[in-house]
Amino acid sequence: MTTAPAQAGWRFRQPSVIPGFGLTLGFSLTYLTLIILIPLSGLIWRSASLGWIDFWAIASDRRTINALKISFGTAFVAAAVNVVFGTLVAWVLVRYRFPGRRIVDAMVDLPFALPTAVAGIALTTLYAPNGWIGKLLMPLGIKVAYTPLGIVVALVFIGLPFVVRTVQPIMEEIDREVEEAAATLGASRFQIITRVLFPGLAPAIITGFSLAFARGVGEYGSVIFIAGNLPYKSEIAPLLIVIRLEEYNYPAATAIAAIMLALSFVMLLVVNLVQTWSRKRYG
Amino acid sequence: MEVRVANVRKEFERFPALHDVSLDIKSGELIALLGPSGSGKTTLLRLIAGLERPTRGKIFFGDDDASQKSIQERNVGFVFQHYALFRHMTVADNIGFGLKVRHGSSRPPAQEIRRRASELLDLVQLSGLEKRYPAQLSGGQRQRVALARAMAIEPKVLLLDEPFGALDAQVRRELRRWLREIHDRTGHTTVFVTHDQEEALELADRVVVMSQGRIEQVGTADDIYDTPNSPFVYGFIGESSSLPVKVENGEIWLADRPIGLSAPHAPEGEATLYFRPHDVELLDGCSGCIAGTVAASRRVAGTRRVELEIGGERQRVEIELPVGHPAAQKSRVAFRPGRWKLFPAA
Repeated sequence: MTTAPAQAGWRFRQPSVIPGFGLTLGFSLTYLTLIILIPLSGLIWRSASLGWIDFWAIASDRRTINALKISFGTAFVAAAVNVVFGTLVAWVLVRYRFPGRRIVDAMVDLPFALPTAVAGIALTTLYAPNGWIGKLLMPLGIKVAYTPLGIVVALVFIGLPFVVRTVQPIMEEIDREVEEAAATLGASRFQIITRVLFPGLAPAIITGFSLAFARGVGEYGSVIFIAGNLPYKSEIAPLLIVIRLEEYNYPAATAIAAIMLALSFVMLLVVNLVQTWSRKRYG
Repeated sequence: MEVRVANVRKEFERFPALHDVSLDIKSGELIALLGPSGSGKTTLLRLIAGLERPTRGKIFFGDDDASQKSIQERNVGFVFQHYALFRHMTVADNIGFGLKVRHGSSRPPAQEIRRRASELLDLVQLSGLEKRYPAQLSGGQRQRVALARAMAIEPKVLLLDEPFGALDAQVRRELRRWLREIHDRTGHTTVFVTHDQEEALELADRVVVMSQGRIEQVGTADDIYDTPNSPFVYGFIGESSSLPVKVENGEIWLADRPIGLSAPHAPEGEATLYFRPHDVELLDGCSGCIAGTVAASRRVAGTRRVELEIGGERQRVEIELPVGHPAAQKSRVAFRPGRWKLFPAA
């Protein structure tokens, strides 16, 4: 026996003809440590210097809790909206051939490229009570800019490409024959979409949702223009962190950041588990 | 259920895929659509299913004009080459799908659907795999599930598009025999598409040979093999050799010599002689025969295939000889086709 006994318990190296496993794994770990792990552990270390009682005082502060609620709540709603309409946009792009399709396809990526502040200012101008769209909504009693609804609008804008770009490739792979098979078995168009196509897309949609959601939680630039930033009402957590930083209150800033980090991590972990489960089932 | 295809024409963006095709399929028959790729066989199958609409012509199921009905209303079982199973559903759910999507009183209760699914799984010899997902099955098993799914809705006709095309040779032969058994037991009118002539001849009651959007010949395996009605069918089904000949006074001439075959009803002039390489009579002398020099000789399983160069034109034909036959070594071989057919030169 040439294998070391230690390997019997924990063998992570699959035999492979492709060389370079050690090198690439080493590089990946170093890279991730430099880029992600060290900054994040610095964050936790900084907030840990606060002590448990002070940390709890900041965490349970009404302003902090409200800011976190607004951040996560609006990000969730925006991601949910994007799931519906992003999937629809992907469907139109994949299934139909129309003049200008490529232009629409390219447009989807604009929120990726546009400076978010520009997006925020543009959206505020449109949705402000005297803006083009805000003017129309005003008589209906709907106020968008300077409310949490405005935050949702900004996050929908920012998150759209995440859903479209994750769902689109999976949709392109859908086998035409599967739909035809369902039709010959007597399924109506609606049944084909809800029972055959949608369940197949679910993993991609969940991924798109989690990406849009994560992006929404961390979004800053576009939101601060449209939100109005009223403490307790439309102040997002990232803004609260900046405010604390400007007050040179670094421990408080890092404490809020650490809470956001933990919450985001838990939510992404749950999404990932759901994904693994569905992959295992549907292959 | 009888199926009648009446003068159907199908064009894809002005390009004709089927020209005026008519075909009668008897109830309970197992029919093969055979042809090279691009012959329109799959298009014809999809037209019967309703997955395509004919540009002209009609398709009848019994006395009903099915061409006016949607795919959903036609009630056909369709099996695809690449299975097209629903991969997020278990085997049992796949099979029960067609019953579950029915509305109101025509939908059987859940328990009945489950019972029916396991009954069909027994029929396709996959009992006990109800809870598996398609990803956990082999290709042959998937195709069986696909067939069970198609049969669950009690279809009027069963249509199979190259059902064994994606499987390896061994599984293919096995499933072929098994499909025949299932057909004999259930008696569904069945149409399947294949480009494999062995599959078509072995499995089907009648074979429809297609080429370039037209039906060339319809008949039993014997009809198609023994009396092909066109040069295409002669060339496409089984082995064949051909020679350019001339008909004069009811005698067949090769270059300047008669070959001892008479064709009293054939039109005078240029023609092409077709025969099977294995169906030849070897001769010693040569007064009225085809003679040539051996150009190549290959051993093929139980026989020897010899390529002969004939006449001044050095026309090559293939014939088959028994392995031990001395003629295989001789440089000059004379023969006369046993069963043969003349077609006017193209």
